[in-house]
Amino acid sequence: MNENVILECQSLTKKYGNFYALSNLDLTLEKGQIVGLLGPNGSGKTTLIKLINGLLTPTAGQVMIRQMAPSPATKKIVSYLPERSYINPHMKVQEMLTYFAAFYDDFSLETATGMLRDLEIDPSMRLRALSKGTKEKVQLILVMSRDAQLYILDEPIGGVDPAARDYILRMILKNYNEDATLLISTHLITDIENILDRVLFIQNGQLALNASVDEIRTDRGKSVDSLFREVFKC
Amino acid sequence: MPWDLENDRPIYLQLMERIQQDIIKGVYQPGGKIPSVRELALEAAVNPNTMQKALSELERSGLVYSQRTSGRFITEDKKLLSHMKSELAKTHIHDFFTSMRQLGFCDEEILELVTEAIKKETEQ
Repeated sequence: MNENVILECQSLTKKYGNFYALSNLDLTLEKGQIVGLLGPNGSGKTTLIKLINGLLTPTAGQVMIRQMAPSPATKKIVSYLPERSYINPHMKVQEMLTYFAAFYDDFSLETATGMLRDLEIDPSMRLRALSKGTKEKVQLILVMSRDAQLYILDEPIGGVDPAARDYILRMILKNYNEDATLLISTHLITDIENILDRVLFIQNGQLALNASVDEIRTDRGKSVDSLFREVFKC
Repeated sequence: MPWDLENDRPIYLQLMERIQQDIIKGVYQPGGKIPSVRELALEAAVNPNTMQKALSELERSGLVYSQRTSGRFITEDKKLLSHMKSELAKTHIHDFFTSMRQLGFCDEEILELVTEAIKKETEQ
């Protein structure tokens, strides 16, 4: 077994009734990479992410994180930002930090506090009082302040303005450990293309492409964004 | 400020070109140290592995060399530096001719236009 492998999916399949959300997906991700998970709405991105995080169980096939099936043990090394908010709106930002610090051994209060300061977010605010974009920033800060081996971000920058988006991308580049792997699902390809090692295209629950950004540019003379528009043309 | 990168060409090539430009512009001196991969990647807002590849390629061409513990440095080889400069000039000229030919000018016409443009610029 290759010890560089962080994530391995074998014949991974998820069926809802007669509909295959994922079908026979094989995927291996190595450590130390930033990977874009791209695909049109309903292609299976979030299903894949939920399977990796143990929020869904596969109909067939398996997911392994460092050779372990999703479990409390894998949650210790996976930092996950879900597409929907799960934080308690009545809590204050500061309370969320304390909560995360108590819950995860690898959470750095110092990193989180620094990022809140940079983004001028007041820790004494209650979460329900924050705008949608600011709430997203807080959740991303919580997730990125862990020293995990695998970060999974489901649509992390959708609701934030372009300037804050730049800051967030820089924050990701600055904070992730060189040995960690980041899997980012997004529709904002142009915004994140330059920070990606490779991209995965998912189409109808199957892997349509797994290539490095510079391979795509060298072989086809176009950006990932243009290729996406071509492959998934409506 | 993130570096200005085009989106239809490999990123590592553009990073190499940018660092070469910076050497010529004197941002980095011959023999001088260049920032770490991490710092440069952050400044450019690109993936650190891509920056690593750009620097490895520059190392292969001899423009940059690394010292095991203390980091990467610009070569002091003046010949190599001036060679790089003329190579970059050739690329620019080639690109210029390509776009002018696409506009439908023949080489004599292009030369004429260039001479004219230089004359105007020196008059100003």
